[in-house]
Amino acid sequence: MATKSLLARNNDLANTARQMEVLSSGIFADGELPTFANKLKESNQFPLQPKKLEILQINLGYMCNQVCAHCHVDAGPDRKEIMTLETMQQCLEVIKNTGAHTLDLTGGAPEMNPNFREFVEAAANAGIKDFIVRSNLTILRANKKYHDLPAFFKKHNIHVVSSMPHWTRGKTDKQRGDGVFNKSIEALHMLNAVGYGKEDSDLKLDLVYNPSGAFLPGDQMALEKDFKKALKRDFNIDFDHLFAITNLPISRFLDYLIASENYEEYMFSLVDAYNPAAVANVMCTNTLSVSWDGYLYDCDFNQMLNLKVASKVKHIADYNEAILQERNIIINQHCYGCTAGAGSSCQGVVA
Amino acid sequence: MAKPYYDASDLRKFGKITEWSEELGNKFFDYYGKVFEEGALTAREKSLIALAVAHTEQCPYCIDAYTKDGLERGITKEQMMEAVHVGAAIKSGATLVHGVQMMNKVNKLEM
Repeated sequence: MATKSLLARNNDLANTARQMEVLSSGIFADGELPTFANKLKESNQFPLQPKKLEILQINLGYMCNQVCAHCHVDAGPDRKEIMTLETMQQCLEVIKNTGAHTLDLTGGAPEMNPNFREFVEAAANAGIKDFIVRSNLTILRANKKYHDLPAFFKKHNIHVVSSMPHWTRGKTDKQRGDGVFNKSIEALHMLNAVGYGKEDSDLKLDLVYNPSGAFLPGDQMALEKDFKKALKRDFNIDFDHLFAITNLPISRFLDYLIASENYEEYMFSLVDAYNPAAVANVMCTNTLSVSWDGYLYDCDFNQMLNLKVASKVKHIADYNEAILQERNIIINQHCYGCTAGAGSSCQGVVA
Repeated sequence: MAKPYYDASDLRKFGKITEWSEELGNKFFDYYGKVFEEGALTAREKSLIALAVAHTEQCPYCIDAYTKDGLERGITKEQMMEAVHVGAAIKSGATLVHGVQMMNKVNKLEM
């Protein structure tokens, strides 16, 4: 299990240009597989354009207490990119005027940003009612100063979305690090204790499932049923929904695919599972992603590939929703990850 | 160097069998798809049966396919190995139960 980011390891793939080269060469260059653009053209869905903006997804920084094997952010304790108060202030200006109804906070571990709570409070004062925090769970147990986070989440009626790759210890720890499973279970107990995930409660607790390897997620409903049954039986844990998310071939997961000689086979699986109905609802059509340093992206994955929006507005300081809505969404072969099978987004399946 | 009889990438070409006999090929794939749908058995149970049979049939394509299918369904490696043992137990049982035939024959022939 790696304990450092690709960046800290000076791995070739920490360079986003190198990732783009991998995704554009080989089986896609020699025509063995169609490029994503050509696939969209087949169903008259090219170019991909945004619909109504509903979600602003803000990345508060790449620092994280975990170093997950599949992380597309390449997050970890050694990452120092953290959103500053100044950029937060620019985000708040946008929040006051946006048509988006949901603020989706992610990272790294968003809670590790020293101004996380102040930012949530200011956004609540600015009128945001629908908050999502993407919490890795273990952060709630990482340090005393985080122990009261469940109460803070509850106070602002924050919708908590947490990663949980499997209901067994072995599979979870292999993907997310030794000891992560036990700490995650403790954190889920803390969330349940304040009312999260309970049937008669409005406090929403959803779990995210990512396959722990070079295969696609199965049926979301069937997996949810299995997760619920096992977590209830083994640990008396309740949660609302399970989001089954496909791993996109970028960053650490791409590194793993290449090193384990699974890259081509995985890309064939994604292309074989291409579903035009999923294209209609991919998250880049209703979400904008903001990086820790205030740049704008079509999605979190494009952010990690350093593909800024194709618009003359590229930074939150110059935000103009009308101009941004006219852009074409930047696509590449990694996008096949969101259109496979029932589709995949930060909210789970889309088709 | 001689080519191996089995090539893992041939599995992706399985659908092409319809090209040389469209009606029969399509009927087979329709049937196949229907068999694995959720029914009196769950799709998950069917996947584990398929994995066990894949081993007793010793079909490398089926083993690849149903191992991956199992992982996608969240089936653990311990569950998969138990399924393979079920197949192996039936195979070995099927061999050993013929021992009774051998015993019968010996008892008949010996004075």
